[in-house]
Amino acid sequence: MEENWLLRVRNLTKIFGAVTPGVCERTGPKVNSNICPRTGAVVACSNISFDLYPGEVLGVVGESGSGKSTLVQMLYFDQPATSGEAFFRPVEDGAANILDLSNQRKRYVRNHLMGMVYQNPRDGLNFRFSSGGNIAEKLLMAGVFNVGKIRIRATDLLSHTEVPVKRMDESPARFSGGMQQRVQIAKAIANNPPLLLLDEVTSGLDVSVQAKVLDLIRGLQQEMGISMIVVSHDLGVIRMLTDRTMVLKHGQIVEQGLTDQILQDPQHGYTQLLVSSLL
Amino acid sequence: MIENLKFRESFNYAYIDEFTKKEIRRKTLKAVCIPGYQVPYASPEMPISRGWGTGGLHLTLSLVGPNDVVKVIDQGSDASVNACNLRLFIKEMARCAVTFDTGLATIIQSRHRVPEEILTEKQILVLQVPQPEILRSVERHEAKTRAMHAEADYAKIWVTLYEAYVRNGTLRNAAGHPILVNGRYVATPSPIPSWDVPNLSMARCLYLFGAGREKRIHCIPPFTPVKPLEFEDIRFKVEEFIGVRCSASGEDKAFMDEIYANDLSRSWVINDSNFLDKVRQGPRPPQRLFTNPE
Repeated sequence: MEENWLLRVRNLTKIFGAVTPGVCERTGPKVNSNICPRTGAVVACSNISFDLYPGEVLGVVGESGSGKSTLVQMLYFDQPATSGEAFFRPVEDGAANILDLSNQRKRYVRNHLMGMVYQNPRDGLNFRFSSGGNIAEKLLMAGVFNVGKIRIRATDLLSHTEVPVKRMDESPARFSGGMQQRVQIAKAIANNPPLLLLDEVTSGLDVSVQAKVLDLIRGLQQEMGISMIVVSHDLGVIRMLTDRTMVLKHGQIVEQGLTDQILQDPQHGYTQLLVSSLL
Repeated sequence: MIENLKFRESFNYAYIDEFTKKEIRRKTLKAVCIPGYQVPYASPEMPISRGWGTGGLHLTLSLVGPNDVVKVIDQGSDASVNACNLRLFIKEMARCAVTFDTGLATIIQSRHRVPEEILTEKQILVLQVPQPEILRSVERHEAKTRAMHAEADYAKIWVTLYEAYVRNGTLRNAAGHPILVNGRYVATPSPIPSWDVPNLSMARCLYLFGAGREKRIHCIPPFTPVKPLEFEDIRFKVEEFIGVRCSASGEDKAFMDEIYANDLSRSWVINDSNFLDKVRQGPRPPQRLFTNPE
C-alpha cells in the first residue's frame, strides 16, 4: 500500500521574493504570518509533502492566501516551484521529478495525464473558441486530428457533463457560470487523465448549481476512478467529495488525515476554528 | 586628388547601404537553413512606409544585381499602382532590366499571389508579408508564440481550423492557409489564395517572405515539402471555379477574379495578368494544377 502511490510530493516550496536561508522557519502558522520579517518575501507553500493514491480524492482546505491554489498550480506547471520534488507514477514509473522535465515533456504531462479545473472558467477555457473548440484543443494537443472523432468525443463529454449538446458550437461566454464550469470539467477529462486537479470549482456558483457540479464530479470519480486533488475553502465541498484532507495555513500543513476524522474531531486550533465556523 | 567613389552618387547601389544589405543576406541565409522559421532582421528605413511592401523590397534590393531581370506583381497584376512604383524604384536604384514576363524574370517580387506559370531553379519569388506570425491570431504575446514554435505547440492554430470547419463547413478561412514547412514549423504563406498553396511544395524556385513592418524573414527553400494543415477526414481544398470561364481567354484552369458590371452581371477573368496575356497569345505556359480531394 505504501508504495503504490500515484503522486508523491516532497518538500514542495514556493517563495515569492528573496529566497534566504531559514525563510521557511521564520514564517508559518506558529508566527501567524507567511511574510518573512527580514526580507518581506511571501512564502506561499512551505515544504509541502504528501502522497496521493490511485482513485483517491484528496482535499486541500484553508483560508484565502494559505497556499492551496499555488500548490495545485505548481503541480500543473502553471507556476514554477522554488524547490521541492513531485513524482508521478505515469511518468517514468515515478522515477523522475516532473518539476524538472523539459517544457515539451511538461506539456505532454499536462495534456495527456492531468486535467485542471480552475475557479474562474476564463482561466481554463478560451472564450474566443466555441465549447466544442475548447474540448477539441485538448484532443488536438493529444494528437487527434480527425474532426469526426473530435465531434463524437466532444458530444459524449458535453452530454456527460449535462451541457446541452445543441450549444456545442457556441462560445462559453454565452453560458451561465455553472455551464461554463461543466464545460471546463468536460475539457479537463477529455483525454481520460489519471489525475484531476480541482481549484475552488464551486466558488461563485449558487447553491443548487454547486450541488449539481459536485454531483457530476463525484459521479465521474466513481465511474472513471480518477484521482483528484480538490482545493476548497468550503468544508461542505470537502466533506462531500474527499476521502482524505490536508489543512493548510500560512503555507504549511497544520493537520491531515481522514476527512471524517478531521471534520468531527479536529485537533489543530485552526481546524477547530474552521469546523466551528461552518455551523 | 583621390576620388571618393562612395559619394560619387547620392545613393548606394540598390538604395540600401552595403552593410545593411549584408545583414539582410545573412538573415536570409539563416532563413534558408531553417525552413519556415521566422528570422528577425533590422528592417531599415525605406522611402515607402513599413507595411507597404518594405519587407519584399529589402529582400529584392539585397539580392538584385545589374544582370538581374526583375518583375513586380501586386495581386497578380503587373499594372497596379503599387507594382508600377516598386518596379520603377528597383529599376532606377539597381539599373537592372525589368519585365512583365514571368518566364524571363530572375527575381519576382509579389504581393498576395504566386504566379500561375511554374517557376524554375533560376528564379526567386519574394513575397511581401503583412503578418509573418501565423500564431498571432491566437496568441498576442511574442514571447509565448516563440515558445510555441520552439516546442511545436500548434494545437491553437488547429482549433481555428476546427472552428472554421464548424462555422463554414470548410477548412478555408480566407487567404493565407497555415502551412507546415518541412514537417517542423507552421508558417504563413502570406495572404495568397488557397489555389497557390500547393505550388509552394517541392518547387524548383526559392521562396522568400519578407515582413518589413514586423521585421521578420522566413523562407521555403527549393524542393522543400510544404503541407497545408488539414484534418484526416476534412481535407484542404483550393478554390473551385465550377462552370466558369475567363471572359478574356475562355480558359477555366487558373485563379480567377470575379468582376461585377454596372448591371450587376458577373464575369470572371484570370487574375495573373502575364499568364492571361500568354494564354491569349499561346502557347500556354507550363502550370502546376492541384486537384481537390473528393
